Amino acid sequence: MSTSTVPSAPTAPSLLAGSVEQPTFGEAVSSYVSRVRGGDMGSLPAILALAVLTLAFVIMKPETFASALNIANLFQQGAVVVTIAMGLVFVLLLGEIDLSAGFTSGACGAVLATCLVVYDWPWYLALAAALVTGLVVGTILGTLVARVGIPSFIITLAMFLALQGVVLLIIGAGGNISITDPVIIALQNRNVPPLLGWALAIIAVLAYAGTSLRTWQLRRKRGLLAAPLGMVVLKIVALGAVVLAMVAVLNQERSLNPLRTSIIGVPIVVPLIVTLALILGFVLTRTAFGRHIYAVGGNTEATRRAGINVKGVQTACFMICSSMAAIAGVLAASRATSVDPNAGGSNVLLYAVGAAVIGGTSLFGGKGRIIDALIGGAVIAVIDNGMALLGYSSGIKYVVTGAVLAAAAAVDAVSRRRARATGRG
Amino acid sequence: MTQAPDLAPPPTLEVRGGRKNFGAVHALRGVDLVARAGEVTALVGDNGAGKSTMIKCVAGIYAFDAGEVLFEGEQTHISAPADANALGIEVVYQDLALCDNLDIVHNMFLGRELKNGFRLDESAMETRAAEVLASLSVRTVRSIRQHVASLSGGQRQTVAIARAVLWNSKLVILDEPTAALGVAQTEQVLQLVRRLADAGLAVVLVSHNMNDVFEVADSINVLYLGQTAAQVRTKDTSRMEVIELITSGSAGMPPGTVAPKMSPDAPERSATSVASATATTSDAPTTTNGSTSA
Repeated sequence: MSTSTVPSAPTAPSLLAGSVEQPTFGEAVSSYVSRVRGGDMGSLPAILALAVLTLAFVIMKPETFASALNIANLFQQGAVVVTIAMGLVFVLLLGEIDLSAGFTSGACGAVLATCLVVYDWPWYLALAAALVTGLVVGTILGTLVARVGIPSFIITLAMFLALQGVVLLIIGAGGNISITDPVIIALQNRNVPPLLGWALAIIAVLAYAGTSLRTWQLRRKRGLLAAPLGMVVLKIVALGAVVLAMVAVLNQERSLNPLRTSIIGVPIVVPLIVTLALILGFVLTRTAFGRHIYAVGGNTEATRRAGINVKGVQTACFMICSSMAAIAGVLAASRATSVDPNAGGSNVLLYAVGAAVIGGTSLFGGKGRIIDALIGGAVIAVIDNGMALLGYSSGIKYVVTGAVLAAAAAVDAVSRRRARATGRG
Repeated sequence: MTQAPDLAPPPTLEVRGGRKNFGAVHALRGVDLVARAGEVTALVGDNGAGKSTMIKCVAGIYAFDAGEVLFEGEQTHISAPADANALGIEVVYQDLALCDNLDIVHNMFLGRELKNGFRLDESAMETRAAEVLASLSVRTVRSIRQHVASLSGGQRQTVAIARAVLWNSKLVILDEPTAALGVAQTEQVLQLVRRLADAGLAVVLVSHNMNDVFEVADSINVLYLGQTAAQVRTKDTSRMEVIELITSGSAGMPPGTVAPKMSPDAPERSATSVASATATTSDAPTTTNGSTSA
């Protein structure tokens, strides 16, 4: 026994709180191992896959894959897929799917480009127009799924077709709208000044360390079960090392011709994605609304009987998903500096669904985290980028990505079965 | 035992002549129920007798088409689950009650989370949940942060019941809490049910199992084809009699019952015996049959 009793509890200390046996470091590790063996793998397969793939590409293409230029490239390439995937996590948590997210991003990019170029609006109005477009699409989808009761697979497939048409109508077949607005272009093509990058990174690591140590201390004080201090510190050190190493790499000169143009610093899109991920992660894990999303995915009927507005939760998730797609559309437009009729088409949606599922979000609902989208998105970006460097054709890239997605879905299904057998849901 | 009827507190819940139609189907054709604080009232009846419909009407999932509902002596109308919750009525459903992917604390506070501004107040919820479980003498769960999926059937029932008493509820309705449980777990849950009543709550226990009913119930209400056949004191009746009431809707007059009365809309049934379900002999008969006609 290493803790005090609950100060507020007037009754005798229960076995459940106040006098819990705090686990030691070794116990925490072994309980994690048994959780993984019991089928609760979380992002572990994706992290392993990421490590293996990275190692393989570094060995095969040491001079190009691990260069600062390519690492910055990876972030910029992965940004669009990761942004859509973060939104998709909300819909997948419900046990639904949004097949239209890809073309929602395309349509929002087209709206942005039209507002900027054709109507000559300032960038913030055009950005707002794109986001509102996403919100409207999400509201329509959410209403049709939650209140009319159309299966999400069908209605989002219909929306997929319709939005593909909308993009064509806005831009015109064979057309192309070039974006020249410096603010929009900066999103995916400019970098944070190196000093500011360091400052942001250090603030982020310190903030993480502060909140996790404070949570640990509070839980210990209240006599609630808390992870061992060693584990908490290990996580802080690991995160700090990764973040600072990334900033160090990205703050190196990576221009092929440094005398003419200097490319240095963390791409602007990185702090943008991190901010979005923190906000969405907070919503999912720290608010009642987020809790209700998990509840709907776990047991819709129980949630309804608990007095929760299930239809409202479902509609809101579709709205979040489409809004994230809209942001992704803006990022895609910024990266390409133009919008063409195929924006958001081809592999965008499938990569995004793949990212969420590879990261460990279940297609059956009720299980998933925002970090899944980031890790899964990294896996997809690494495959896409590494195989291109190795000179493989698009055909082979699709086959490999498909195989990875199939493997991830299989891991999801098998771990779900195993979890049911060992009672870990 | 008091002799003055005015001094006896009104029952926590009283239903008089409740009726419910689903189109042409008369699911409830005059049901009466009295549930008193500090007592376990069993609601028994064969499949299709209307037990589920009745508790759904009390819980606000459906509304009675006709009849009176009195809560603590006050006439009330329950038309939505929120109404029932506001009165202090909690229902523990046989299944569909818990989310497997959430832990015990999350399930207990589902829909009524404690918040700190926008944020969930996790430690407050965890502490409170632990207190409630401890007050119910629940010592069978290892950690209240484990997922509900990893709990046994009895533990799941325990969590569902603990969730119902978290909210200063006055009436807890349990729908077949022991239907899927083994012997030891059934015993645990029944003890918990008894403790709820001893703590001063009114408990309505829906059950098929005569052993359970006779073990914990103070009073037994029998439904037969959508009507209340009788509500009798457990100590005044016998297993045979209750089974006879369940299967035929009538029985030899148990001691302390009021004279049977013909139901106006069910003349085919010979004798629908109606029993006083009151704890005090001086109380007026509270369950008279078929107060309204179709």
